[in-house]
Amino acid sequence: MNAPVFPVGNEKGCDRPILQERGQREVFCGLTSIVWLHRKIQDAFFLVIGSRTCAHLIQSAAGVMIFAEPRFATAVIEERDLAGRADLHDELDSVVGRLLERRPDIKLLFLVGSCPSEVIKLDLGRAASRLDAKLRERVRVLAYSGSGIETTFTQGEDACLSALVAEMPRMADEKGARLLVVGSLADVVEDRFRVLLEGMGIPVDFLPPRLSRDLPPVGPGTRFLLAQPFLGETARALEERGAKHLPAPFPFGEEGTTAWLGAAARSFDVPQARFEDVTAPARARARAGIARHRAALEGKSIFFFPDSQLEVPLARFLSRELGMKPVEVGTPYLHRKHLADDLDLLASDILVSEGQDVDRQLDRCRSAAPDLVVCGLGLANPLEAEGLTTKWSIELVFSPVHGYEHAGDLAELFARPLGRRGRLRV
Amino acid sequence: MQLTVWTYEGPPHVGAMRVCTGLEDVHYVLHAPQGDTYADLLFTMIERRDRRPPVTYTTFQARDLGRDTADIFRAALLDAYDRFKPAAMVVGASCTAELLQDDPAGLAAAAALPIPVCPVELPSYSKKENWGAAETFYRLVRTLAGPHAPAPGTPRPARAAGVRPSCNILGPTALGFRHRDDVIEVTRLLDLLGVDVAVTAPSGASAADLARLGAADFNVVLYPEIAGSAAQWLERTFGQPAVRTVPIGVGATRDFIAEVARVAGVDASAALAEAGSRLPWYSRSVDSTYLTGKRVFIFGDATHVLAAARIAEEELGFSVCGIGTYSREFARDVRACAERLGLEALITDDYLEVEAAIAALRPELVLGTQMERHVAKRLGVPCSVISAPVHVQDFPARHSPQCGFEGANVIFDAWVHPLMMGLEEHLLGMFRDDFEFKNGAAPSHLGHAPEAQGARAAETAETAAPQTGPSWSEDAEKELRKIPFFVRGKARRNTEAFASERSIPVITVEALYDAKAHFGR
Repeated sequence: MNAPVFPVGNEKGCDRPILQERGQREVFCGLTSIVWLHRKIQDAFFLVIGSRTCAHLIQSAAGVMIFAEPRFATAVIEERDLAGRADLHDELDSVVGRLLERRPDIKLLFLVGSCPSEVIKLDLGRAASRLDAKLRERVRVLAYSGSGIETTFTQGEDACLSALVAEMPRMADEKGARLLVVGSLADVVEDRFRVLLEGMGIPVDFLPPRLSRDLPPVGPGTRFLLAQPFLGETARALEERGAKHLPAPFPFGEEGTTAWLGAAARSFDVPQARFEDVTAPARARARAGIARHRAALEGKSIFFFPDSQLEVPLARFLSRELGMKPVEVGTPYLHRKHLADDLDLLASDILVSEGQDVDRQLDRCRSAAPDLVVCGLGLANPLEAEGLTTKWSIELVFSPVHGYEHAGDLAELFARPLGRRGRLRV
Repeated sequence: MQLTVWTYEGPPHVGAMRVCTGLEDVHYVLHAPQGDTYADLLFTMIERRDRRPPVTYTTFQARDLGRDTADIFRAALLDAYDRFKPAAMVVGASCTAELLQDDPAGLAAAAALPIPVCPVELPSYSKKENWGAAETFYRLVRTLAGPHAPAPGTPRPARAAGVRPSCNILGPTALGFRHRDDVIEVTRLLDLLGVDVAVTAPSGASAADLARLGAADFNVVLYPEIAGSAAQWLERTFGQPAVRTVPIGVGATRDFIAEVARVAGVDASAALAEAGSRLPWYSRSVDSTYLTGKRVFIFGDATHVLAAARIAEEELGFSVCGIGTYSREFARDVRACAERLGLEALITDDYLEVEAAIAALRPELVLGTQMERHVAKRLGVPCSVISAPVHVQDFPARHSPQCGFEGANVIFDAWVHPLMMGLEEHLLGMFRDDFEFKNGAAPSHLGHAPEAQGARAAETAETAAPQTGPSWSEDAEKELRKIPFFVRGKARRNTEAFASERSIPVITVEALYDAKAHFGR
């Protein structure tokens, strides 16, 4: 598309120019985040109110057939619903009724809005409160939008978690400070963070919880760390409930994790010596894990297509801890405030781009001929066929990559495609 | 509203993409929000295509809705033309853009591009993927071949003497189940008959090829779900007869050869005399005796289901115990086939209904899609995949057609290998308490312990259901355990039904064997 390409100054913190683009976006919509959210919250069900495309998207993005009956489904809007021959709210009630009959184990039901439901202005918030009032004894019903016209990929989690914030109980003890770690993490990562934080004497909760009944309390005593960079709305909702955001780089790599934990430690007045004691062994392991991949990655150039909003902190990790040379760091959306620390740590000659015009970006990528391209599954094989080496970005969202114990694994995800290319003789 | 957990077919614009991606130089501009681009990965990941599908998505956002989304479409159309320089374009809308009513057809006409532009309207809220593919192919054929149509009523000129007859192969698309290999096989078969293939479309054809479709003597409709309506229009417009027998299976391939010979006016004896398939001899070979009467359940698209039913009954000596399709457009054909087999067809796109049917019928082999493969795995029943929706495994590196005599060879192997080999099955039945042939032992050549566990779980779940009917004596229960696990559930139900009918309150060993004699096979 003929969208103008113009560098604009950044409002807050840093003066780095950001390339903003409008055009064809080759990204998933927010519904895709259901793929991991339904595994994370084990008693929740995600009912998308949408079209056959929505149903097809989720099953294709998940890339797997169904082994056990999944905790997500689509209420597919049909011709008769649109023609007004059926009342959409009655139809929805009956779909929900059938669903709960099948799945008596469900304790939390999300009605998830989609592009079609947004365009026909189906008020799912109202539907959710009506159903919630009716079914309260048996199941909680909440609504959020995962539509592609409003959310990109990981923003679906942001929308889901902000819906949950409204349901969090009020913290009983106004004075007792507690830490809240916000954003879906692999269970193994969450457990490691808990050990480290509790080791420093910091009482910690996680959002989302593994079971909906374990929703942590929130209040003015809450201080929160974002574990993911795509949670702008959730952070705003938490601040509205009195919680205080602790700004920090994101916990990727040894440096990022230390700074992230450090922000909590400072806020909770953890003595420096105790912080060192608690983190030192894990930091050493992280450094060793990263060092193993440095030879493969040092000096290699890398190009990020926008995907999950993890791009900026990952580029920071790869450039500072592994010596990689980011050429362009594309992100679907740049939360300037939450990413301020990561942006500051990213060399100023690295191009950061926000939004996308995929054909222009492919032109830039081809002319830069980077050693490694991080991109979505729609682009990976075509770029490989052109001779570029790629890393599928979705794996970065689906793998445990946060914290000290996985810093080496994170580096390995980038080293593997290069190593593979080096091995093959066919 | 329809509650959908998983779907056999995508939306109709994915069908349109399969057609455009198969073609060489046709670009599709799709009015769609971001997120709909997921469909690219079906082609680049499942089929491992080395190029992006030729599709430009407008990817409008919420903030564009208040302004002019039509402008976005117009700009995307012009940009795509400039960048990709296609020979023809298809324009349309996905489900969300359909609601906006921006009229891509009108906008494209107003843009007055110097190439043919074919608008396709695909009602997303009532139609599905295969219908979308058929409609797009039909529209493209009309748009590109239409200008070359003779005046109505003009008789088809006779073929010049000494010129080999020619035909088009219609139906293969990108992301089609074994289409790649079927085309090779059918082309070879036609060559053996002395028939040239003028155009294969959509896959591999250019816009210019579509324009000259009318020149061939006749059409081969390889996949009626996709090419049926285009072939019908070509028949009407150009007087081209259509060969509609789908050559999947030995019998169907022979029928196909005979039909082509009749339509093309060629001698079929050379093609029929060719050694053909190994299937007939392998099926007559005594080691295949154990295949006799194996109860199979068949589900998939109509073309492959109808072919599978014939192969199962006539060529492998199986008994079809259940049959169904998700292709509603072809429900009538599948119902008729089911009726001939004394069955009622299952016409549904809800895989849970299919799963329930399989669980109730307890077949010995399932022929289905990738979804039925998973269902069968859970139930501990062998399975072979015969139909789309496709999976990366359906694009094997080796040549693996379904059509023609080689296709019949592939099918023999693919359906027979998952089954327990004859002697092994007997031994398993004879020595129930053998410490290695214990409950739930899987066939040794499969060696999937988890599947066997799945089978055991399924059997336990079934047997643990609350008993309201007759009860079992301890001896009879023990005897029941000696029956192979994969038929035990059925034996239990049959025996209980037998006892209930005869008001036998307690099932003894005697009653168990009375029931066995009653139902015996």
